[in-house]
Amino acid sequence: MATATFRIWRGDSGGGEFRDYSLEISPGMVVLDAVHEIQAKQAQDLAVRWNCKVGKCGSCSAEINGMPKLMCMTRLNQLPLDAPITVQPMRTFPLVKDLVTDVSWNYEVKKKIKPFKPRKPDFPDGTWRMVQEDVDRIQEFHKCIECFLCQNVCHVLRDHRLHQQFVGPRFFVYVASLDMHPMDIEDRVEELKNAEGIGFCNITKCCTKVCPEEIRITDNAIIPLKERVVDRYFDFLRIGFSRLLGRKDRRALRNR
Amino acid sequence: MPEYQVHEHDVLVIGAGGAGLRAAIAASAAGVSVGIVTKSLLGKAHTVMAEGGIAAALANVDERDNWKVHFADTMRGGQYLNEPRMAQIHAQEAPDCVRELEAWGAVFDRTAQGKILQRNFGGHKYPRLAHVGDRTGLEMIRTLQDYGIHQGIDVHMECVVITLLKDGDRVVGAFGYDRERGRFQLYHARAVVLATGGIGRAYKITSNSWEYTADGLALAYRAGAELKDMEFVQFHPTGMVWPPSVRGILVTEGVRGEGGTLKNKDGRRFMFDDIPPLYKNQTADNAEEGWRYTQGDRSARRPPELLTRDHVARAIVREVREGRGSPHGGVFLDIAWIREKMPHSAEHIKRKLPSMYHQFKQLADIDITKEPMEVGPTTHYVMGGVRVHPETQMSTVPGLFAAGECAAGLHGANRLGGNSLSDLLVFGKRAGAHAAAFAQEHQAGQVSAEEVGAAARQALEPFDRPSGESPFLIQRDLQETMQDLVGIVRREEDMHRALEVIEQLGERRRRAGVVGNREYNPGWHTALDLSNLLLISEAITRAAIERKESRGAHFRDDYPGRDDASGKSNLIIRQGPDGKMQIARKPLPELPAELKQIVEEMK
Repeated sequence: MATATFRIWRGDSGGGEFRDYSLEISPGMVVLDAVHEIQAKQAQDLAVRWNCKVGKCGSCSAEINGMPKLMCMTRLNQLPLDAPITVQPMRTFPLVKDLVTDVSWNYEVKKKIKPFKPRKPDFPDGTWRMVQEDVDRIQEFHKCIECFLCQNVCHVLRDHRLHQQFVGPRFFVYVASLDMHPMDIEDRVEELKNAEGIGFCNITKCCTKVCPEEIRITDNAIIPLKERVVDRYFDFLRIGFSRLLGRKDRRALRNR
Repeated sequence: MPEYQVHEHDVLVIGAGGAGLRAAIAASAAGVSVGIVTKSLLGKAHTVMAEGGIAAALANVDERDNWKVHFADTMRGGQYLNEPRMAQIHAQEAPDCVRELEAWGAVFDRTAQGKILQRNFGGHKYPRLAHVGDRTGLEMIRTLQDYGIHQGIDVHMECVVITLLKDGDRVVGAFGYDRERGRFQLYHARAVVLATGGIGRAYKITSNSWEYTADGLALAYRAGAELKDMEFVQFHPTGMVWPPSVRGILVTEGVRGEGGTLKNKDGRRFMFDDIPPLYKNQTADNAEEGWRYTQGDRSARRPPELLTRDHVARAIVREVREGRGSPHGGVFLDIAWIREKMPHSAEHIKRKLPSMYHQFKQLADIDITKEPMEVGPTTHYVMGGVRVHPETQMSTVPGLFAAGECAAGLHGANRLGGNSLSDLLVFGKRAGAHAAAFAQEHQAGQVSAEEVGAAARQALEPFDRPSGESPFLIQRDLQETMQDLVGIVRREEDMHRALEVIEQLGERRRRAGVVGNREYNPGWHTALDLSNLLLISEAITRAAIERKESRGAHFRDDYPGRDDASGKSNLIIRQGPDGKMQIARKPLPELPAELKQIVEEMK
């Protein structure tokens, strides 16, 4: 059986250091297995957040060899084992301890986004009809497991720390899922431009690259939302026509 | 006197999976103040892993479906040990609960007419599961989470309850700690809803998340509530078996619902070999008919792969034991074969089972559109739990409610797939509403400072023994013991041995120690979880010894047949006055004439 070295960050908000743990590894092992093994036998108090171990809950986000990943979905045979494997917490969020960060900011952001607001039911029995084609578009966004890896890698948050002015890719995906919902009638364009700061995103696509659910965050969520903001606030020809015709052509925009 | 932070709520919900969130929303809608305590971050509970769908007789795909058929299917699946009134309420109220979820923003797959699509699942006569590909649980929990955050509910994330507090007979609060800093938390509440899920982490091979450490059941038991039917632990027939690190991870029954077949190493489709008499009339007798059923042919009967989970799990165990298993000790589950039946089958599979495709590709290097999967049984669900009133979900302790997996009654001896998500919605809602009503009718109670102090001191004891044994290793030994001795096939002498081991593990737990401090210390958390796991493992084992027959998920090698006398009672466990576990038989409630007639008609 092979042996690998795991260089795991240990510490809290007051500071810390990388420590090396040597471990026998077996076929099919993922990074989270290694962390658990180390926890059971070498470092009981090693803090790690996890739930499902199958890429569905998005709890075990970390940076492995410098790349943001889910520990439970990163197999050791995908990593070079001749050098130590570094495992460290997400950098964008305040550290709690070891591999656990304080992601509570994300929960506060979501509360501020205008919630889903359905149109009146289509039928007297209180039901709606939707076609699969329309549903497919937002089901992509509903795959989001809220691992916050996209938030972690976004330079607007990671490097520029604009947490107060910018909600981050996760919440653009969330706004897109609400806004493109076939039943939803809420208007969120003004917030997108101002409170949510979509203008700060300059489409580097880092978020899309790290998404474990392979959601095309930039192309399918952020760019269409940016277009909406542009149409509303910066397309003067359209604004002129709308005023002339006196109608808010939101539905037509949505269905473009 | 230990320091603690105090929180006041009318209703305290413990657990933030489907049942807990639905209960909190219902209680909040009734106008009381609500707090939720969750061991994890919001939206990460085990519900997120549910794949198949929500069983509800919407009759969108087959208009022959209705609540009576769903009721009869549930009772037959539970081998008639179900609480009939719960099964009735569940079947009647599930459709509205699904529609409610849609009104809150959930987006289910659609029929050609634009209605909510429904899929086939084991034990359900008609396609009944409202679903979102194979990630229905995520859709459900996220919808409840996103709707719930605007309802004025206080969420205590990453907090753990270690004991319930009583004033006389009544539950009046809870005491616990936050994982992040390890500070103690005292929650005053006029009513408490337990929605803590199951017990899967008592077993080595399980589909459950780490949180499934039997907390709600243990809290209820220690508070004087009764537990019911603890012997019925469901082993889902299809968990991953390879590679070892993913052993137990669920492979949704939806694979079989979409036409997947089970084969042994000789390529034989063994499920046709043994079809139980109870299901003979409803099961296809050839492969062609089974395929047609999965593709929506209403004149066809379901393939034997869609028999109930207990039966399929045992058939797989039989193949493996008799030397016909796959290389890694399971059998083959094949969905790739449907390329013989349809063009573009790979795209079809990826669309219907996206999460399974992803899971096997990433974790096992297997493309399920081209190759079969290797699968075997995995601990999945506990049908037993806190005994509750079927209408209100209140336990035998006033002010203490339970819903979802930690409550017993709906599923009897075996749960049908899809009935769990509907259970969470229907009874989560009821528990929340009735807890709110209870809170409105009762004044706040008094909490004993002594009791709180004792609980805090006890919780901190492991820190006094920094050189004590690692709690993780004790948990591992418990998991091995339950897997080997109280698993899918059970024997009297094995289970007596298990009781001895559990007692020894209890002693080891009392000597276990933790290092470090109280801040986010998984060793400490595990040491505390262990006492719940050990207690409930004992309850499972005692009940399994007591039921000397094979029925549903409970299979006794030494009593392989069904015993009519045993089949007429539930097993009730409570703490006796001497502090020891007591077990008693409780005759089944009489089936009302109206329900009896439904059961007879649907046979």
